[in-house]
Amino acid sequence: MSTNAAKYVQVDHVDMEFTTKKGTFVALQDVCLNIAQGEFIALIGHSGCGKSTLLNLIAGLTLPTRGAMLLAGREIPGPGPERAVVFQNHSLLPWLTCFENVHLAVERVFGGREKKAALRARTEAALELVGLAHAMHKLPGEISGGMKQRVGIARALSMEPKVLLMDEPFGALDALTRAHLQDELMRIVQATGSTVVMVTHDVDEAVLLADRIVMLTNGPAATVGEVLKVDLPRPRNRLEVAEDAAYNHYRAEVLKFLYERQRRPAAA
Amino acid sequence: MNVVLPMKPAPEQPPAADAVLIEPKNADAATAALAAAPRPPVAAAAPARPDLLAPLGAFLNAVMPALLGLALLLTLWAAVAQMNPQLPGPLKTWEAAVEVFADPFYRNGPNDQGIGWNVLSSLQRVGIGFGLAALVGIPAGFILGRFRFANAMLQPVIALLRPVSPLAWLPIGLLVFKKADPAATWTIFICSIWPMILNTAQGVQRVPQDYLNVARVLNLSEFKIVTRILFPAVLPYMLTGIRLSIGTAWLVIVAAEMLTGGVGIGFWVWDEWNNLKVESIVIAIFVIGVVGLLLENALLLLARRFQYDAK
Repeated sequence: MSTNAAKYVQVDHVDMEFTTKKGTFVALQDVCLNIAQGEFIALIGHSGCGKSTLLNLIAGLTLPTRGAMLLAGREIPGPGPERAVVFQNHSLLPWLTCFENVHLAVERVFGGREKKAALRARTEAALELVGLAHAMHKLPGEISGGMKQRVGIARALSMEPKVLLMDEPFGALDALTRAHLQDELMRIVQATGSTVVMVTHDVDEAVLLADRIVMLTNGPAATVGEVLKVDLPRPRNRLEVAEDAAYNHYRAEVLKFLYERQRRPAAA
Repeated sequence: MNVVLPMKPAPEQPPAADAVLIEPKNADAATAALAAAPRPPVAAAAPARPDLLAPLGAFLNAVMPALLGLALLLTLWAAVAQMNPQLPGPLKTWEAAVEVFADPFYRNGPNDQGIGWNVLSSLQRVGIGFGLAALVGIPAGFILGRFRFANAMLQPVIALLRPVSPLAWLPIGLLVFKKADPAATWTIFICSIWPMILNTAQGVQRVPQDYLNVARVLNLSEFKIVTRILFPAVLPYMLTGIRLSIGTAWLVIVAAEMLTGGVGIGFWVWDEWNNLKVESIVIAIFVIGVVGLLLENALLLLARRFQYDAK
């Protein structure tokens, strides 16, 4: 049981190749990673290194060329609501209100067993969780970028996924909104005990949020370069950890990896 | 300032300040007098005037260029008519138009009907032909957009037939249907269907991958994918196709009716040409233009209703 929980998500010697006009492009090579249940993993690396590719593999949106992707011991056959994705650009359907966007997901996952009122309550609860009860009936075009991203998170959380996958969810936001959403995410994950994999390029975000930071080497043929365990007590407070020696040590470690060992190719 | 003022419940004090500002700077005595009796009327009038004038100015700014353009058209027309006495000028046409529009819905047998009936029967033909084209073209567009094989199969056929003038199909219609009316409708069908198929197909192909990824992660049923994602995403493209089709159909119906006869604005043009009533032809040109403009704008309005900010 304990080994099962420790290897909840297994990425087992995975290669990912794409066929392009110029021939085969090897995005990921021999990636191995085990993620424990309830763990928060941050995937970090330079842009183009295949972070999103790895996330899409876990989501099942793409299937690996070689190797195996397992969830709770079973092969991941394709995308599914038990592995909810928060997309980089929120991907809300612009013709549906925030409520309808979330409800679409709730209906799909719980529609078979629950009554309409219960589904509505779930949708409302998810939007309340991200502090958007007041904007429920607005269209995505009528709310700010940060709010849209929160609806995206609400949609993912509303499915009660086994694994929450986030692809640079706060990348397009201003620093203040980002900090606010990071705090909310920490609170929500603490409360729900979700397993989270988050792609990020923000070192502070990775250290603040993650239990382990998985650093990828530069692509092509990227692989796991280093894994850093972030042993900071939770709940974490961004102001307190900023003064914390351990926090700064972790931060320095990630920076060293990114800027010394995996220095970015000059022009990229 | 003007916008805020009318919303205030007690207009006495702040409008008075405005009113004083608008007035030329008077002596203290005059200000004191203003403060006493005439303040309420001044306060009421002063903010109202710019309120009324501002939209009027904006309206003029928006409409003036269009009016100037029309005036230019009329001038050119009058000048050409002056040089060529056979061509009726604006005034003569206006007089004829007053007569034509005095009774647009009269009926003196099948070949002599009011302009209203003619326009309506043309619109009806366009409506039927166009409706049938939509019925066939939109589903066909979905299939072409969704299945690469169907696309590869039908693309050459469409590429071959699309550039053909719809009027070239008219004899085929006459041959098959043995009657003028369905033949004209058939012509409209043929000319409307291509933009509808192609735009719908393009819309389906351009549904953002993000939305489809959402569908895949949620594992939505095919029905939900079509109703919640594909249809709304394709709708703007479909409406563009519809708008282009209607435009072409309206162009083609006039020509088709000239050839087939019966009732219709195109036939009316031809009939009036045979009667040598050139004013009527000019009137018909305006009527055709106005109806086309209205159709186009109605569809643009409809399209705007379904234009979502994708960001």
